[in-house]
Amino acid sequence: MTETIHRAPDDTYRVLDENGELVDGAEVPDLTDDELVEMYRYMKLARRFDERAVSLQRQGRIGTYPPLSGQEGAQIASAMALADDDWIVPSYREHGASLVRGLPLKDTLLYWMGDERGNAIPAEENIFTVAVPIASQIPHATGMGWASQLKDESDTAFMCYFGDGATSEGDFHEGLNFAGVYDTPNVFFCNNNQWAISVPREQQTATDTLAQKAAAYGFEGVQVDGMDPLAVYQVAHDAIEKAKDPDEDEMRPTLIEAVQYRFGAHTTADDPSVYREESEVEAWKDKDPIPRLETFLVETDRLDDAAIESIEADIEDAVADAIEAAEETPRPDPASMFENVYAEMPQRLEQQLEYFQSIRDEYGDEALLED
Amino acid sequence: MSENLTLVQAVRDGLHDGMAEDDDVLVMGEDVGQNGGVFRATEGLYEEFGDDRVIDTPLAESGIIGSAVGMAAYGLKPVPEIQFSGFMYPGFDQVVSHMSRLRTRSRGRFTLPMVLRAPMGGGIRAPEHHSESKEAFYAHEAGLKVAMPSTPYDAKGMLIASIRDPDPVVFLEPKKIYRAFREDVPDDPYEVELGDAAVRTEGEDVSVFTWGAMTQPTVEAAENLDRIDVEVVDLRSLSPIDFDTIIESFKKTGRAAIVHEAPNTGGLGAEITATIQEEALLYQEAPVERITGFDVPFPLAALEDYYLPEPARIAAGIEEAFDF
Repeated sequence: MTETIHRAPDDTYRVLDENGELVDGAEVPDLTDDELVEMYRYMKLARRFDERAVSLQRQGRIGTYPPLSGQEGAQIASAMALADDDWIVPSYREHGASLVRGLPLKDTLLYWMGDERGNAIPAEENIFTVAVPIASQIPHATGMGWASQLKDESDTAFMCYFGDGATSEGDFHEGLNFAGVYDTPNVFFCNNNQWAISVPREQQTATDTLAQKAAAYGFEGVQVDGMDPLAVYQVAHDAIEKAKDPDEDEMRPTLIEAVQYRFGAHTTADDPSVYREESEVEAWKDKDPIPRLETFLVETDRLDDAAIESIEADIEDAVADAIEAAEETPRPDPASMFENVYAEMPQRLEQQLEYFQSIRDEYGDEALLED
Repeated sequence: MSENLTLVQAVRDGLHDGMAEDDDVLVMGEDVGQNGGVFRATEGLYEEFGDDRVIDTPLAESGIIGSAVGMAAYGLKPVPEIQFSGFMYPGFDQVVSHMSRLRTRSRGRFTLPMVLRAPMGGGIRAPEHHSESKEAFYAHEAGLKVAMPSTPYDAKGMLIASIRDPDPVVFLEPKKIYRAFREDVPDDPYEVELGDAAVRTEGEDVSVFTWGAMTQPTVEAAENLDRIDVEVVDLRSLSPIDFDTIIESFKKTGRAAIVHEAPNTGGLGAEITATIQEEALLYQEAPVERITGFDVPFPLAALEDYYLPEPARIAAGIEEAFDF
């Protein structure tokens, strides 16, 4: 029984304060110096990727894109707490978590460029396909965990990501209820970024916390400072352990509410200035997870200016390479939309494909494209 | 007096006038309040009518539609918005199990004067699940009326007709043409009758039946076909469908094509074709051509143009019907 998990739902777990200092009595998670620097590097990489992606959208080089800035601490640290065999079941904003789990940034870009191949997760990575309909992935995560149990596995956890808005959906309730009933090895990780597009968290539910909702399903729910990567790591780590190897009187599932903030828009199609004050955004930027971790690492001699500079240069290259690789990928074959609909293409679909190809032959692709 | 409006502005105008003339009308949904709707379809309504009548709800489609059913049964006239028709499905149970049949089930005791609005269709390079055309689901459901305007004038007039209608209406808005063109729209409220098709282009050779965002490329294809005199009928209302106009047009031409962006199989093109067979077989001179989306999940943006019927493919289909 760990105190990170067994605590009141509104007793927010913290390790670093806003200035990157250790909170009184807090312990640094059991990570090597290299792992701590790696956490920092991933967060910086996710931030830089995000900035470039927003800018690419503005230039018309990718489609609508959901930014994650402000949420790196929650995504990176929680994903780093997973073992190789564990799974993540993401929503559509988890570019950072997916990056840690091995999804190339190029694939993330391809997906938001409207290329289906960005949705083809490499076979060796335990990452489930992005879910756009809100909360719809939660029952999937439960089902995967449940299946793992039915297959007599005992060492695999399933981490499901979703936002604060998702907790209003029926799928959230049903997914967590099943997890409780069948005691599945799940961690339900709620990225509470305060805003479901324009609707603030206070209008989403009348409860004081989202974490307390877990009580209704019979397992623990805890709040963590989602902009404190060390706290997130510890809580996620302990919840994953509990999912795999609970104490006798413990349930496997945990709901984690990571309290954080979306610095940017819901997506590039959204204009947050219509519904929230800039002063609120600025106040949350004081909690930015990246400078917090950086200060901590520098103050504890794990990182210095030269290392930061070298990390920044590496990141710039990694993002530029991903963009180049995505943009150099030839456009998908139009006929590929007929692929993978079924294991075997039905005759009627074959006929439609033949007709489609005949139209392309006769009129040329240019005639089929919007001006 | 009139104003030159886009389709989405005309929707907003229709909502405004519907609320102004009847205090029981209210708007509810995700981001419809202070944000004015993700497409700005409710812009300014929150400021004018307040948060009792322009309601930002939690993110829960079943909650939105189900509570609107309760409100309507209890005497209000809610106009819930589902942000994209692709997100209707958590609330689909409420649509097909209750919204469509409460009048029937209660033998007329409880009725639902509500309008369920949703932007639909492809063509704007949107992310996954934002581009489908599933109007056939709703037209398949007895008890629902289904509207899909293709012009700003119709959008306002059909929306007001829907709000005033005693029965539930699913009001599907083709978002590809939300801002495609402007049209003079009267300032005062007016109705465009539900169940009434519009002949957009008169012709003698081939009748083409279409709706929503496909209307414009169909008219364009018709204009490009110098050798064929095409009649383009915009159904506008997908339940009830104006079969009188369809059959009358078909009897004149004896040849037909149907254009819809929804998938071919089980699409409304099949219903129209079957009705033509039943009611005008002896006038028929060629197989009815269907120019539609393919029977595949709507592709991501990079390939959506190939999925959607466009003038070249539409023209080819019309020629097939003509040359048979």
